[in-house]
Amino acid sequence: MKAKLLHGGFELVRRHRVLAVVLFLLVFPLLMPYKALAINILIFGLFAVGFNLLFGYTGLLSFGHAAFLGVGSYLTGISMVHFALPWGLALLIGVVAAGLVGLVIGYLAIRTRGIYFSMVTLALAQIVYYAFYKAEQWTGGENGLRGIQVPAMELFGHRFDFIDPTTKYYVILVFVALALWLVSRVLASPFGAVIEAVRENEKRAAACGYDVARTKLLVFVISALICGLAGSLRALHLSVVPIESLHYLLSGQAVMMCLLGGMGTFFGPFVGAAVFLTLEDVVTTITRNWMAVVGGVFMACVLFFPAGLWGTLVKRAERVVRL
Amino acid sequence: MEITPSLLAMQLMTGVALGAIYALLALGLSLIFGMLTVVNFAHGAFFMVGAFIGLYFLGLTGNFWFSLVLTPLVVGAIGLVVERFLVRPLYGRGIDYPLLLTFGLSWVLIEAMRVLFGVEGLPSSTPPILRGAIDLGFGYFPKYRLFLIFATAVVVFALWLFLEKTRYGLIVRAGSRDGEICKVLGVDIARVWLVVFGIGTAIAGLSGALAAPTRAVNPEMGVHVLAESFVVTVVGGMGSLPGAVVAGLLVGVVFSMTSLFAPAYAELSIFVLMALVLLVRPQGLFGKAGLMG
Repeated sequence: MKAKLLHGGFELVRRHRVLAVVLFLLVFPLLMPYKALAINILIFGLFAVGFNLLFGYTGLLSFGHAAFLGVGSYLTGISMVHFALPWGLALLIGVVAAGLVGLVIGYLAIRTRGIYFSMVTLALAQIVYYAFYKAEQWTGGENGLRGIQVPAMELFGHRFDFIDPTTKYYVILVFVALALWLVSRVLASPFGAVIEAVRENEKRAAACGYDVARTKLLVFVISALICGLAGSLRALHLSVVPIESLHYLLSGQAVMMCLLGGMGTFFGPFVGAAVFLTLEDVVTTITRNWMAVVGGVFMACVLFFPAGLWGTLVKRAERVVRL
Repeated sequence: MEITPSLLAMQLMTGVALGAIYALLALGLSLIFGMLTVVNFAHGAFFMVGAFIGLYFLGLTGNFWFSLVLTPLVVGAIGLVVERFLVRPLYGRGIDYPLLLTFGLSWVLIEAMRVLFGVEGLPSSTPPILRGAIDLGFGYFPKYRLFLIFATAVVVFALWLFLEKTRYGLIVRAGSRDGEICKVLGVDIARVWLVVFGIGTAIAGLSGALAAPTRAVNPEMGVHVLAESFVVTVVGGMGSLPGAVVAGLLVGVVFSMTSLFAPAYAELSIFVLMALVLLVRPQGLFGKAGLMG
């Protein structure tokens, strides 16, 4: 009886995974010491979700995803600072631009496989980094882009002001929830099955008549769109765009978060982002050398918990429920 | 500024000197990849560690040549420890895991150097004997850069001798062709992999020590170097040693020529070169098709 209930509950959560995640994220800020960290985790969680679509589900390890986050941030920022566009439109421009960059990088990168793919995405993303670095009058160059302001808005008789971190968190959560729903839909669709077929055995998927190159490119672009959204939201959140947003070290952070949480799991990237950023936050209060600690934890994870924290937990739970 | 033939020749030599460092970096990367199918994401960090340790030994002994011999030994030893205890457990677990591990390792190495030598980095200078310039017929060229080209040639030649003319080199070549058969024939292939990883990191360390007088030595110096050495290996063809050397020189020359004609695009140019190579010949100039399967 108890086992049956447990099983039922597990299945319920599994079937309504978007709802479960969003419900958790609704109460999440209450669990965190301060709101800025919660917002950061929310945005980087989305970044890692977009990355996970490619790495966890399609089996392609990209080291160039900072390009999409950065392009999303910069284009949203440039639209608002230089063209004084409303933030909603600027958000859309950022996301679309990231998708276009994803299309170009993806087109070149999917010509290669395996380890080559990681190196090529890294190098191509560096082109974007240098291009934005040099376009100083638009991007602010080394100093980054400054002065992105989201005005307070009136909606349903309620005043939403981005200066209030709680409001900011929940406004961003609306977009994150939409993106999560989209990702969940893609994964649950027949196309989602093809994605995983490509990961499991590329040759067999091709033999079954699926266009592997097209599938990869499409996932790449969707992944870029999600990461671009994360970037656009980050520009609104920070109100500046640091040039480091485009650097491949940030791509590396997505990789770390994804693996720490559990690649190929729906909620894992958020767990990874939370662990990574909280670890960074806590360790920096003790020592300046937080990178060594995070790098060490990451190495231990690669060696001993390749399924990640959430992934390991899910596996355990599955074993218990099946009993 | 007028572009004269002698200016072009000077810039070409500058490019070759820069390319020499690239070639060394790509050589280490390709050696490790060709043998172990491991992409060493800590390669830039090993380069950076080499630069620091080189300067440390230089300060300790006051002898540049001494530090050039000691540095690769120390960095290679670190490489041996890394392979034995961190990379080895990951063999057979999928091609991405060693890559991820070495990426994490690069963070640890960067912080280690920050702790040991400070976040500011170290001042570096050209050893007295290699200061000044030498007349090459078309202009005065810095002695140290000429030395870089010479040193790279020596390393490449030594590596060629080792791989082609020694018994152990034969085993290494056979192992990169088919490790399984080597094992059957009674070769301790794990030992060979260990040695190759050590040699690869030692070369990275040596290139760091060699490059130190030509650039700012700080814990982050390896970050960009890694991306650049990836460009070189992709252009040359992953796992190909002649490809590493040729592409290294090519990338160096492309960089210095672009910085002559269009300085703003110098950093971009090498990445664009890589994109072009990918479009025309995805396996790289010297790469074998299907190697990446």
